[in-house]
Amino acid sequence: MAKMNMLQAINNALDLAMAKDDGVVCFGEDVGHFGGVFRATSKLQEKYGKARCFNTPLTEQGIAGFANGMAAQGMKPVAEIQFADYIFPAFDQIVNETAKFRYRSGNEFNVGGIVFRSPYGGGIAGGHYHSQSPEAYFAHTPGLKVVIPRDPYQAKGLLLASIADPDPVIFFEPKKLYRASTGEVPEDYYEIELGKAEVTQQGKDITVLAWGAQMEIVQKAVEMAEQDGISCEVIDLRSILPWDADTVAASVKKTGRLVINHEAPLTGGFAGEIAATIQKMCFLHLESPIERVCGMDTPYPLALEKEYVADHLKTYEAIKRSVNF
Amino acid sequence: MNNPNNATITTVHTAEFTAGDALKIPTLRILRDDGSLYEGAVAPELDKATALKMYDTMVFIRVLDERMLAAQRQGRISFYMQCLGEEAATVGSAAALDDKDMIMAQYREQGALRYRGFTLEQFMNQLFSNEKDLGKGRQMPVHYGSKDIYYMTISSPLGTQIPQASGYAYAQKLRGLSNTTICYFGEGAASEGDFHAGLNMAAVHKAPVIFFCRNNGYAISTPANEQFVGDGIACRAVGYGMKALRVDGADILAVYQATKMAREHALATNEPVLIESIAYRLGAHSSSDDPSGYRSKEEEEKWRQNDPIARFRLWLLEKGWLNEADDKATIEKLRTEILDALKVAEKVAKPGIEHLISDVYAEPIAALQQQLDELKAHIRKYPDAYPVTAGRLD
Repeated sequence: MAKMNMLQAINNALDLAMAKDDGVVCFGEDVGHFGGVFRATSKLQEKYGKARCFNTPLTEQGIAGFANGMAAQGMKPVAEIQFADYIFPAFDQIVNETAKFRYRSGNEFNVGGIVFRSPYGGGIAGGHYHSQSPEAYFAHTPGLKVVIPRDPYQAKGLLLASIADPDPVIFFEPKKLYRASTGEVPEDYYEIELGKAEVTQQGKDITVLAWGAQMEIVQKAVEMAEQDGISCEVIDLRSILPWDADTVAASVKKTGRLVINHEAPLTGGFAGEIAATIQKMCFLHLESPIERVCGMDTPYPLALEKEYVADHLKTYEAIKRSVNF
Repeated sequence: MNNPNNATITTVHTAEFTAGDALKIPTLRILRDDGSLYEGAVAPELDKATALKMYDTMVFIRVLDERMLAAQRQGRISFYMQCLGEEAATVGSAAALDDKDMIMAQYREQGALRYRGFTLEQFMNQLFSNEKDLGKGRQMPVHYGSKDIYYMTISSPLGTQIPQASGYAYAQKLRGLSNTTICYFGEGAASEGDFHAGLNMAAVHKAPVIFFCRNNGYAISTPANEQFVGDGIACRAVGYGMKALRVDGADILAVYQATKMAREHALATNEPVLIESIAYRLGAHSSSDDPSGYRSKEEEEKWRQNDPIARFRLWLLEKGWLNEADDKATIEKLRTEILDALKVAEKVAKPGIEHLISDVYAEPIAALQQQLDELKAHIRKYPDAYPVTAGRLD
C-alpha cells in the first residue's frame, strides 16, 4: 500500500495498464511531455514513448474520432478531454459513433477498447465552463458506460476495470478531489467491478445516495443527522450507467427512505431516473417521497456558487424532511 | 471553375503530388526592433492622436496585466490571463477598425477591449465578479463583454466564436450595415472543428468577417509544431478560397496596415479575410499554468527582446510624439490608478441572489422561481453558511 492522492492513483493506474497491454495508448491536449494540465499522465511519455502517450491538436471531436478509429482497429485508447465542459464538440463522435459502433454493425466492428477520461464538477471557482457535471447526457445514451470514482482507491480500481472492459467507458474524475482526496492505495494491479454500487455505511432509517465528489458532502450531512439520532445508510453509486438498482432497492426496502444528491442540475439529472426506478421497485416499502438534492436549474454560477450547490446543509434538511414526513 | 465539382481542372498526364508545403505566405514587417522602418516599407497613415492612443492602450494593458497577475498571486482574484508579448496584435488590429465593427474575441484580447473604451472600473468589476460587473459575476476573470462597445462576451470553449463571427458578419451584410466583424482566436483553437466550419461558411455565404489568428506558438503546453504540420494557419484560408495575410504580430504598424486592408476588402467585396499574426505568448497560458514544465527560460528570454511596446515607443520618440519623462510618469500614474481601482472593486458587494436565476431565460420560468424561494428559506435558516447573500435576501 502507498499513500496517494487521486491524481497519483489515476497516474498509477494508467502506468500499470500501459505496462500490461501494449494496446493501451494515452492522448489528449497537453497530456504528452507536460503530463496533462492536472498531471494525470505525468511521466507516461517518458516511460512509454511518444507513440503511446502524446499531445493532440486542440480538437475534442478529433480526439474522440481518433479514439474511435484506434479502438475499431483493436487498440485501447485512453483519451483525455481536458475538462468535461469541453466534451461537447466530441458529443457527435461519442453519442452517434462510440455508443453505436457495435450495434450498428451487428458486432462486425466495435470500439469497446475506449475510455474517455475527463475531469468534471465544481467547487473550484470555475464558473460554468469549468464546473459542469454532464453525466446525465451520456447516461441517456445506450452503448456507453459511465463511471465516477469518489477517492484514490476507487479511482484506480474503477479506471483499470474501465480500460479492461469490453465496452466504451466515460470516466469522469472529480477534479475538486484530485489533490484533496488522499488515501492508502495498493501498488499492484486491481480492478473494481463496474456496474456495482457500494454501501459505504450501514444504517436503518434512511438511505443517502451520491457519487463522486458529492460523497464527501453527503457524509457531512449524515454526520449531522446522526447527531439527531437518525441512522443513515450511505451508498456510492460509482457506475451511473449501467447502475446498480438492486443494491439501492435492497437498501431502500430496509430503510423506507431515499435521498439522492448530485451536482448537476435537478431537471433531467440522473436522480430522476433513480427515483422513478426505486419508487417502482420499492413502492410498498417507501415511508416518504424520494428526495433529490441537486444543482439548481441554471448554468453553474461563479460569484454565487456557495448558494447554488447541493451542499451538506441542503442534504441534511432533506434527510430531516424525509424522516419527519 | 465552370464544372459541377467547382474545381479547376488543369490536365496533366503524369501523376504528380502537389506538395503540402507548396504554398508560402510572406510575412509583413514594417517596423524594426530599433524603431526605424524596414527598407522599402512605408508606415501606414496614422495621426498623432491615434498613434498615442494605440501606445497608451498597450502600456495600460501591460501595467494592468502585471498588477492583476500579482493580485491573483496574492489571492485577491481567482484567476488571470496576461497578453504579454501580444499587445500590438490586438491593439493594432482594433485601431484599424470602426468603433461599431463587432469584436468576437477568444480571451487574450484585452488590448482590443481597452482600445474600444472599456474602463478601468469595468475591468475591475469583472475581475472581482462583483455586482457592478456587466456579466453579473457569472464568469471567471477576463471573460469580459460589453454591448455598448461592440465587444461580444467571452466564452471559454475554444473556437466557438469563429462560426458565430461568420453569422454575425453575414447579418451585418443583410442589414446593410457598413461594418465588419473581427474574430480573434489562437493557433490552437484553429484545430477545433468550429474553425473549419466557420471559415467555410463565411467564404460560401460571403460574410464580411476578418479572422484574426494570434499564432503565439503555444496552446497551454502544446507547441505549434505539435499542433499542426502545415505552414502556419494563413495557408488554410487559401484552401477555403479566401484572401490571407501574415504579419509580424509584434509590429503594430504592420498589424494596423494589414487590418485596414482586410477591413476595406471585406466591406468592398463581402469576402472574409484571414490575418495570421506571428508573435509569442511570453506569459504563462494563465495564472494556473507554469511554463517551466514545457519551455526554457532561454527561449522566453529571446522573445522578451522582441517587445512590441518598446519597438513602437522608439518610433514615437523618434517622431517626437512622445517624450521620455512623460512616458515614465504615465506608467507610475497608471500603477497607482490601477491599484486604487482594485481596492474599490474588491469591496463592492457580490451580485444579489436574484441573479442566480435571472438571464437563464428572458423571464425566470416557474420552476426556477420556486427553486429560488426554497433557497431563500434555506439561507434564512442557515445565514452563517451563506454570508454573501444572507443579509440581503429581500
